[in-house]
Amino acid sequence: MTDAAPPPSAGLKARLLRLARGVPALEIFLSRSALTPILPARSITGRALMLVVVIMTFLAGLTAGAVHLIADASAEWSREIAREATIQIRPLTGRNVEADVAKVMALAKETRGIAGVRSYTREEGEKLLEPWLGAGLDLKELPVPRLVVLSLSGEGADWSGLKARLAEAVPTASLDDHRLWLERLRAMARMLVIVGVIILALVLVATGLAVTFATHGAMAGTAHIIEVLHLVGAEDRYIAREFQRHFLRLGLKGALIGGGLAVLFYALVSLSSARFGQAAGAEQVEALFGRFSLPGTGYLSVLAIALVVSALTAAVSRITVFRSLSMSGS
Amino acid sequence: MAQMEKNPAGTELPTELVRFENVGLRYGIGPEILRDLDFAIPSHSFQFLTGPSGAGKTTLLKLILQRLRPTRGRVTLFGRSVNEITKDELAQLRQRVGIVFQDFRLLDHLTTYENVALPLVVQGREEASYRAEVIELLKWVGLGDRMHVPPVILSGGEKQRAAIARALIVQPRLLLADEPTGNVDPTLARRLLRLFVELNHTGTAVVLATHDLALMDLVDARRLVLAEGQLHIYD
Repeated sequence: MTDAAPPPSAGLKARLLRLARGVPALEIFLSRSALTPILPARSITGRALMLVVVIMTFLAGLTAGAVHLIADASAEWSREIAREATIQIRPLTGRNVEADVAKVMALAKETRGIAGVRSYTREEGEKLLEPWLGAGLDLKELPVPRLVVLSLSGEGADWSGLKARLAEAVPTASLDDHRLWLERLRAMARMLVIVGVIILALVLVATGLAVTFATHGAMAGTAHIIEVLHLVGAEDRYIAREFQRHFLRLGLKGALIGGGLAVLFYALVSLSSARFGQAAGAEQVEALFGRFSLPGTGYLSVLAIALVVSALTAAVSRITVFRSLSMSGS
Repeated sequence: MAQMEKNPAGTELPTELVRFENVGLRYGIGPEILRDLDFAIPSHSFQFLTGPSGAGKTTLLKLILQRLRPTRGRVTLFGRSVNEITKDELAQLRQRVGIVFQDFRLLDHLTTYENVALPLVVQGREEASYRAEVIELLKWVGLGDRMHVPPVILSGGEKQRAAIARALIVQPRLLLADEPTGNVDPTLARRLLRLFVELNHTGTAVVLATHDLALMDLVDARRLVLAEGQLHIYD
């Protein structure tokens, strides 16, 4: 290593170091790798901390993926709901429901922003009640409302005009433009995303605390090394950088394993939902979350979290060492 | 004000590397274990620091290195007092001091080569710039064939030579050696002493703490004798 010719990788390393100039984390990671790290690479504290980082990154990755799924599903619900509106015609004694449906359809077709109109037959309307009332019931005696579904063109329908005309021509008809549903769904999705972000923040804070404790442990375990470093003229920032390098490596390793496991989890879930999509309960899951497969940006955010966790690990250890050294004197 | 001399680069350096002025030290509310210390260590000088075990030799070395602060008086290293400098400045002053411990203080997870190179590594030097220097020094102290092994498999004498090499690699202006011959046989002790004398001839001031009278008799040098907390100087 020392009196022999430089290894063939030395040129590559020098090029990488030139590229990494200006990016402190990369510079620290690449520099001095030919020599043994001044802090011992393997220790019990290190292994325990790496396991914590693996678990935390896995949990953070799962949370980030779930946030993505919910946000995407919510956007999809909104799109679908916003494409349709419904007119409900209540049957009333003395009124001809079929004539009312025809009137409603005629009025709807004339309205700006409505691309298509379709009425549900009485049988179709009764079928919609099956999930609540069960199948095989004779609903002929019940006043089941008739539905007219409007497909929107997207140019902004004239709801107030339609409402006014309906009130005049068919008083038993009521228009539901789904705005209430949409608002509720959006509020629920927003709430779930906020909860996800809070969980993410808590996981990151817990990781930071675990790193602080591990750094104190590592400092106690390497007090003799720190003393020697001080005596040979090492500045605090040099010692802090050594700890940062040590924990960056450890954090990067742990975070990539944890992030990789989270990516693997979502890939497996996506595969199995595609394969066993017809299984019991899968329809409900699909109705809520679509295909339950993480989009590309979801995988990217899991990897970004892995990088954030490793950077956090390095930064927290550096700050902890600096604080600890400045309080201890030397 | 300390006297100054010019170094080869033309900048001024104090001729007194260390100065103690009316220094006393006590731990807590106990009695003073060192008192009324008033002396200087000139550049290029050689001195033994001696006294019975427990007299405070190691404590005095710690005061010189500014690892301990005196409870009274003033200690300056290269003309600077610990009370006037930042931690970073203190670290830079220590880079001009070589120190040899009785218990070596080598880092077991590093090789002998890496231990010796440590003071240069902490200065941020690239390995290519010091590799030849370190190898040459290791050969000079007789460890040329042991440079790639960790300290745990070195003998006591080899460890001491590695520790000395680590102290010398920065070409210090001042070398502090705390019982460097305490763990070696008399023959090796004499060899190590010759090494310190040779180093002194190259311009490094040496403070060698020892209680080995036979060893001190081999060199005609200044003696700083610690007894009952006070320092007696025999030039």
